Amino acid sequence: MEEQRTNRNHFVRVGVIWLGATLVLEAGLFFWLGPNMPPFQASAQASEQANTNTLLTGLAIPVMLLVWVFVVYSIVVFRRKGEGDGPTIRGHYRTQVAWVVSSAVIVLFLAGYGSYVLMISAYGVGGGQGSDPAAVPAGQTMEVQVIAQEWGFTYRYPTFGGVETQQLVLPVGQLIELHVTSLDVIHSFWAYEIGVKADANPGQDNIAFAKPAEVAPFQIRCAELCGVWHGYMFGTGQVVSQSDFATWIATQQSANAPATAQLPPYAHVYLPVPAQVRGG
Amino acid sequence: MQRPAWRRLIGFNLLGGLVLAGVGFVLGWLLGTLISNLAGAHATDAGAANWFIDQSDENDIALLLAYTFGLVGWLGGLGFLNYPLARIAGRPPSVPPEDTGTGMGRYFRMNTNHKVVGIQYLVVVLALFFIGGLNAMLIRAELLQPTPWLWQPDRYLTLVGLHGTMMLMIMSAGVLGPFGNYLVPIMVGSRGMAFPRIESLSFWLTPAAGVVLLSTLFLGGYQTGWTGYAPLADQSRLGMDAYLVAFTLIGLSMVLVGINLITTIVNMRAPGMTWTRLPIFCWGVLSTGILMVLSPLTFAAALFMVALDRTSATNFFISAVGGSPYLYENLFWFFGHPEVYILALPGFGIVLELMTVFARKPLFGYRLAVAAMLGVAILSFMVWQHHLFVSGINATLRPFYMLTTELISIPTGFVFLVAIGTLWRGRIQLAVPMLFCLAFLFNFLIGGVSGVFVSDVPSDVSLHGSYFVLAHFHYTIMGGLVFAFFGGIYYWFPKMTGYLLNDRLAKVHFWGMFLGFNGTFLPLFAAGLLDMPRRVITYNVNLQGLNDFASISAFVLGLSMLVFLVNFVYSWVVTRVPAVGNLWGSRSVEWMLPSPPPVTTWEASPVFVSGPYEYGVAGAPAMANLAGQERNP
Repeated sequence: MEEQRTNRNHFVRVGVIWLGATLVLEAGLFFWLGPNMPPFQASAQASEQANTNTLLTGLAIPVMLLVWVFVVYSIVVFRRKGEGDGPTIRGHYRTQVAWVVSSAVIVLFLAGYGSYVLMISAYGVGGGQGSDPAAVPAGQTMEVQVIAQEWGFTYRYPTFGGVETQQLVLPVGQLIELHVTSLDVIHSFWAYEIGVKADANPGQDNIAFAKPAEVAPFQIRCAELCGVWHGYMFGTGQVVSQSDFATWIATQQSANAPATAQLPPYAHVYLPVPAQVRGG
Repeated sequence: MQRPAWRRLIGFNLLGGLVLAGVGFVLGWLLGTLISNLAGAHATDAGAANWFIDQSDENDIALLLAYTFGLVGWLGGLGFLNYPLARIAGRPPSVPPEDTGTGMGRYFRMNTNHKVVGIQYLVVVLALFFIGGLNAMLIRAELLQPTPWLWQPDRYLTLVGLHGTMMLMIMSAGVLGPFGNYLVPIMVGSRGMAFPRIESLSFWLTPAAGVVLLSTLFLGGYQTGWTGYAPLADQSRLGMDAYLVAFTLIGLSMVLVGINLITTIVNMRAPGMTWTRLPIFCWGVLSTGILMVLSPLTFAAALFMVALDRTSATNFFISAVGGSPYLYENLFWFFGHPEVYILALPGFGIVLELMTVFARKPLFGYRLAVAAMLGVAILSFMVWQHHLFVSGINATLRPFYMLTTELISIPTGFVFLVAIGTLWRGRIQLAVPMLFCLAFLFNFLIGGVSGVFVSDVPSDVSLHGSYFVLAHFHYTIMGGLVFAFFGGIYYWFPKMTGYLLNDRLAKVHFWGMFLGFNGTFLPLFAAGLLDMPRRVITYNVNLQGLNDFASISAFVLGLSMLVFLVNFVYSWVVTRVPAVGNLWGSRSVEWMLPSPPPVTTWEASPVFVSGPYEYGVAGAPAMANLAGQERNP
């Protein structure tokens, strides 16, 4: 009886510490970290990513604290004094069942919610979906191609005569359909602030959707090791107003007209290989 | 009669292996040169025909044949061919199934005693682990600055690749090599492993793989990281072949270790060693063994295809002529994800095993712990495409892989429940091995929970390929397995060698490692969240503060490893304080034996009469009945 009461006291104390710590950290998440969660809010996709980060952090806090509070409490309170062994507890059926069920509930909720965001509410959340995307947003999209090669990105605008540019400029508020491909090895196109990451595979078309929400520059980096100068495969893109975009693309079209005439016709993949291939 | 020292050096031993490996290497090189000249398949011609494949004048055929012949020489010189050749010739077996030799010489030759192999593994694993760690120090030194200042980009990427490959290769055997080979036969009451010659073979492939991998430094290195993605690997220069061969050797070694340990645990258990009395460490080894048997050969096949692409222009991975880069990614991660559990599961086993001893309680939920390990092992084969969430492959299957990946956190969570339940109301002693186990709980929880972030596709779109992922898997592998590994060393080193490690240096090592490790990788989560991709030599200037903090913490971590090294060598070679009796008050059977156990562990088979975790049970008998043994501990 006495033993049962002390055992309950230990649980009560652990519970109070856990609850207090959880409330403090959740408040910190709610008021400070959540609103500043990377990768920020510069596009619809980035917002979804940031919101998911916040949700996961909010769930992680009580789970991690539960383990840590139990462990630290045990270390502090249940120290060995002199000889003697602990009580023979080989398991506790209800605790084990509760643990299994609650972890299963959390996991199934996360998988369900993540799938909902990915496939239904956020149209792939800016991730590459291959050549035949399953989650396609409604509305008019503007197609922009990203061509990766060792060691840089170039961009083609098929709706503007297939002009190829060195810089990525996107109109704000416009739904963009990015077609990512590569000419040599695997790269990965990562536009951090607008929430896009899509691997660039040679001979494959990888589609990702993005809707920039702020007129601001954004960082572009290659996110897949692609050889010696991988660390230098970065650049800055621009999200500009609709009218600035119209001006910019018109300038590009006229300035690049001779080069555009020399380019291969716009296609979703390019296979630059000489005709003579060993064995082929 | 003792032969003179110089005469004893000649024979089937390390020296013979090295000499014949050199001879084989040269022969293979000459043969490869001959073949490529005759067949006109020299890389220069291939380069002329196909701009994509290796345009240099380097001869991959010669190098790959040189490695292959060198390996045959190495194994032949060590004596691995004696037994099969003798049997083919109809002579009696020349290698005894259990080697009872003593003296230093036994460590330098093929030896079929599982305790010798355990010690061999321990030394080689640590040596290669420190080489891999040194690479990490050089990487972190470079990243003190946002632009290159110490290394050229190609050298830097070689260091990154060497660090990753060395650590993944060597820590696959990090626990199962030394502790699996040494302790599992004792724990199950066997005299040795099921296949003693295979046991020795799996060890001697390991230093060969290490040397082959390091030879890349003389061949221009490789710039693909440990993943070795094709078609970049098709394109890479000669150093790539070293990676291909080294990882294949480790893959073979892993399969052999896995088969051996599974067979030993299933078939070699002494009377009374029932499945529910099996120490939880053995369950960790068993579940790891299943992964080791099933996964590495897929990867070996992929490596072989890369080698064919590089030498024969088979174009398995070249899109323009019908190949696919997705093929490599799939084959690689079908191995690569089980591989990370090959690294994690033995850590679970060690931690739970040691926790009962230092909490003085039975394991809480033994069956749940077993279910955790087997559950993780099975699920780990169903998750590999979560490494390819943004690759564009099978995009509609992403919810499935998200689900399977997150399901893994259920059995992984069992481990934490078992640990908490074992600690709860125990009589906790903070001995050094226990400190490492508790640190494991702290670190691995961060690693596991951050894993849920990267398993969730909406978060992973941003986090994939960033330093967040890097920090995540260092928390699971370094913070998990390596902490458990060192816990195991502090716990079992006195048993294996018979000498004590210095306790004060051990504590310095622990705190330096714990603080240094967390100081290194916590900031890197933030760096990843803030747009820092992996494996880059340049990063945004605003991330320099985080990176400098991480680098300085990494140097603290490195210094703590030096403390360990000093302690390890000094205690084993110089001070040699004998370890007497049951140091930790463990019930496990290895602590009923003298330290180190005799060359032949048991004169007669022990009979197990009780479980290993009967702490606090009044009148519980010792775990095994060693009557019939001629020695007393």
